[in-house]
Amino acid sequence: MNVIICIKQVPDTTQVQIDPETNTLIREGVESIINPFDMYAIEEGVRIKEKFGGKATVLSMGPPQAEAALKEAISMGCDEAILVSDRAFAGSDTLATGYTLAKAIEKTGNFDIILCGKQASDGDTAQVGPGIATQLDIPQVTYVKKIEKIEEKSAVVERMTEEGYEIVQTSLPCLLTVVKEINEPRIPSLKGRMKAKKTIVTSWKAIDLDVEENRLGLTGSPTWVSKIFTPPARPQGEIFEGPADETTSKLVNLLKNHLS
Amino acid sequence: MNIKVIEQKCTGCTLCVKTCPFSCIKMVNKKAVIDLDTCTLCGACVEVCKFDAIELKRDSGSTPNKEEYKGIWVFAEQKKGIIQSVVYELLGKSRELAKKLDAEVSCVLLGHDMKDTAQELIHRGADNVYIVDAPELKHFLDEPYTKVLVNLIRKYRPEIFLCGATFIGRSLISRVAVKLHTGLTADCTELDIDDAEKYLLQTRPAFGGNIMATILSKNYRPQMATVRHKVMKESECDTSRKGKIIEETATPALLRSRTKLLDIVEEISSTVNLAEADIIVSGGRGMKGPENFSILNELAEALGGAVGSSRAAVDSDWIAYSHQVGQTGKTVCPDIYIACGISGQIQHLVGMQSAKTIIAVNQDPGAPIFTVADYGIVGDLFEVIPLLTKKFKEALSK
Amino acid sequence: MIDYLFTEDQVMIRDLCREITDEKIRPVAAELDRTEEFPWDVLKVMADSDLFGLYIDEKYGGMGFGIMNLCIATEEFSKGCGGIAICYAASALGAYPIILYGSEEQKEKYLPDLAAGKKLAAFGITEPAAGSDASAMQTTAKKDGNHYILNGTKHFITNGGEAQVYTVVAMTDKSKGARGASVFIVDKDTPGFTFGKKEDKLGIRASATRELIFTDCKIPKENLIGREGQGFIVAMKTFDTSRPGIGAQAVGIAQGALDAALQYARERKQFGKSISSFQGIQFMLADMATQIEAARALVYASAREVDSGKKNVSMNSAMAKLYASDVAMKVTTDCVQIFGGYGYMKEYPAEKYMRDAKITQIYEGTNQVQRNIIALSLIKQKVRK
Repeated sequence: MNVIICIKQVPDTTQVQIDPETNTLIREGVESIINPFDMYAIEEGVRIKEKFGGKATVLSMGPPQAEAALKEAISMGCDEAILVSDRAFAGSDTLATGYTLAKAIEKTGNFDIILCGKQASDGDTAQVGPGIATQLDIPQVTYVKKIEKIEEKSAVVERMTEEGYEIVQTSLPCLLTVVKEINEPRIPSLKGRMKAKKTIVTSWKAIDLDVEENRLGLTGSPTWVSKIFTPPARPQGEIFEGPADETTSKLVNLLKNHLS
Repeated sequence: MNIKVIEQKCTGCTLCVKTCPFSCIKMVNKKAVIDLDTCTLCGACVEVCKFDAIELKRDSGSTPNKEEYKGIWVFAEQKKGIIQSVVYELLGKSRELAKKLDAEVSCVLLGHDMKDTAQELIHRGADNVYIVDAPELKHFLDEPYTKVLVNLIRKYRPEIFLCGATFIGRSLISRVAVKLHTGLTADCTELDIDDAEKYLLQTRPAFGGNIMATILSKNYRPQMATVRHKVMKESECDTSRKGKIIEETATPALLRSRTKLLDIVEEISSTVNLAEADIIVSGGRGMKGPENFSILNELAEALGGAVGSSRAAVDSDWIAYSHQVGQTGKTVCPDIYIACGISGQIQHLVGMQSAKTIIAVNQDPGAPIFTVADYGIVGDLFEVIPLLTKKFKEALSK
Repeated sequence: MIDYLFTEDQVMIRDLCREITDEKIRPVAAELDRTEEFPWDVLKVMADSDLFGLYIDEKYGGMGFGIMNLCIATEEFSKGCGGIAICYAASALGAYPIILYGSEEQKEKYLPDLAAGKKLAAFGITEPAAGSDASAMQTTAKKDGNHYILNGTKHFITNGGEAQVYTVVAMTDKSKGARGASVFIVDKDTPGFTFGKKEDKLGIRASATRELIFTDCKIPKENLIGREGQGFIVAMKTFDTSRPGIGAQAVGIAQGALDAALQYARERKQFGKSISSFQGIQFMLADMATQIEAARALVYASAREVDSGKKNVSMNSAMAKLYASDVAMKVTTDCVQIFGGYGYMKEYPAEKYMRDAKITQIYEGTNQVQRNIIALSLIKQKVRK
């Protein structure tokens, strides 16, 4: 089983704060981490490799600093890391990102399963995974919470829905996007960390890929950000302190009309 | 390079420095300098510069004959033959947008034995309903749904295509947009039409709701967006409304799928469907143990709501993951969100801060949850919650 | 903290152990203290992280480091829970007789599983009537052809009942006193080897302490470590090597207590101010931090000395164990004091640090025995000059 895991380096949103004066994000000193959902994808990919043999390759598109994220994936047990990085990719929306990653995956050669986190915590689009699958013309199952079975040419997975889950069979190769419930990512072992330190991340630029230039980066992106603004802060609420009997009565009185 | 500062025009006002969401502009010798390694070409600085001193070149392509695309389409998501309520919310919004565009609103309905349902969509505001009936479309599957939709869109060329940001919608439309090679904006919370150019203005939260971005797809059609549940108002049902039902057929090739649905499992707990709930009662670390969630269940039951939780409670195995609200769980937007014993870490706030009314119950008056709460009670939740249940029951029975 | 010029590997070990402590140990520490449940889940994570192999040669599947790196790991774990940390460190204590004096066959048989964390080890020397006076030992090992027959009882054995590999000191010739002791490897499932009840302890309650009971327990003669009569040398050398580890456990417990006290002092408000703004509290915090740093410096220096291969390290490793454990007791008591009434309550973490700290002054040689070792070494040195 050859597995490819697509990851993204994102700012650690637990550290992102809002400057109360300017109402903008303070990003200074904010660490970059692997997108939390991608951690589950890495863990699942490594588990598949450990169980069925083969290779787990981790892939990311991003600035040169994203190498750190790829090395962390190596420390968790991935065998090989590829960084797709070029100024030509800057400004990519989900369409251009999916296209670029699909081209990189084609270059890596044969694969059975592609794994992605369900979405990235900075953009929250959940569009890149399906985008890659469509560009590669392979089936996809999104929001996977459990892989029940993997066979040579097919897999059975559980896909989360609003009401519960569906059991879906898919032919291979396929792309799966995974949710938190699927596993608990391991803490990278000492040997893993040492291996990661020594690993050389393969780096591909636009010229290394069989791509049409006008489908990359800003040029290849149909969507444009026309405006970025901070949502108006919620007005200061009413906080009740005192004996529970009084505070609860006040609240119920205020909400009564809401509820009928 | 696509972005540059025109030095002659830059006055060194630093407005762009403050605006850049990625902190990649610095002032050097009183001129703005963009760090091209970290710039994502988002264009926020271009927008804000009063002196047109920043230039962003976009030599993007476009959909051929894009003027020919007309009308608004709404994907009528159905499950077990029942139209999902987000569809009615989209119809409500679409009627507003259609007025500004002077266009028709159509629904596209994929399923099996659903002709009666088509009429309901007309009552709710659709001018046309395109319906494709096939046993293969009874339940959602990515590939047949994608191929059938792409086929219809290519044939009828809608200008705008909207879909609920549901599990199905976000999976399906991502695929459709790529096939059509057009732009797609995920999880919008606001839609409008640009007065001058008639573009669809798609506004969505980013960075977990800390900033909002308005996104355009100027040159590509259809302009596609998925829309967050419960943000827009449902359209009214008007049984006197008339409309057309257009039956389309799908060839076997379109219906072929490499994935197969083996089973649908609904989890027993009826209080799980957080996305649909108007009222959510959520518990966090302050609940102290799984046995205490019963008091939340009682309050939720009294209010007709669902029970949610913070990550802390799920990680402690007090409640199933399907109840988790927040960054690694679900994003919810109920009318009322009652946070009990939840401190309000940013990851939790991200998932619930668009609720219309937020109520917090917490022992610690300094808990960050109070900064987003409309109403808060400082106190012992084991005392407060049962009292609330009792008093709401009394108030509602009157 | 002083910059101790860690190598890249040491920084990596520290970060890894810190991650395990924050994610796996802290969340369960209070619960396991209450239930006395053995922390197998946490030990499994340590094993998967290659940490049981830290001090074992690469030839046997380990990482090939020494005591210093073991101390770094033990200190980090102890910040979260001294009890869980000792389950880890006690396995090293049990393994050291094999590492130091074992034959090639013994090493090949036992070390790979211990390095992988598949098996846990324990060391058995203390007996009901032989605590500080180890020469009063009653357990005997009688040669019988190709076997030894063990009889007797060891008690207060850390990891007893949980470990699979035991290194046990027994008398092969009682008439020779201390020179008649020998060390044997005993597998858990050997017939005639059973366990007494699990002790109900003041602290380190996540760890298991049991009696080892030998009743005509027959073990192959190949399980003798070193030679007959070498037992006390093996035991003393093992303790010389392991003592900095107890020092590291003490430093970790103390640091954990200081961190908790510091956070509490900043949050707790009295007279309208955070109590950390009062000089009385500030002086306590300053003394705690200074004592911990001095203890840490001594522990690291002695661990590095052991790793350097220097022959006689008894005095310095005794100093490290003695000083660090006394500091841990002092600092954790002060931590309870800073927490005030809350410090006395089990709902807060302060009292657990204090309970956990106490044992470090007692086991692997009481602090009185450590002082004996130090004094005797001083006098010997003086005489030699």
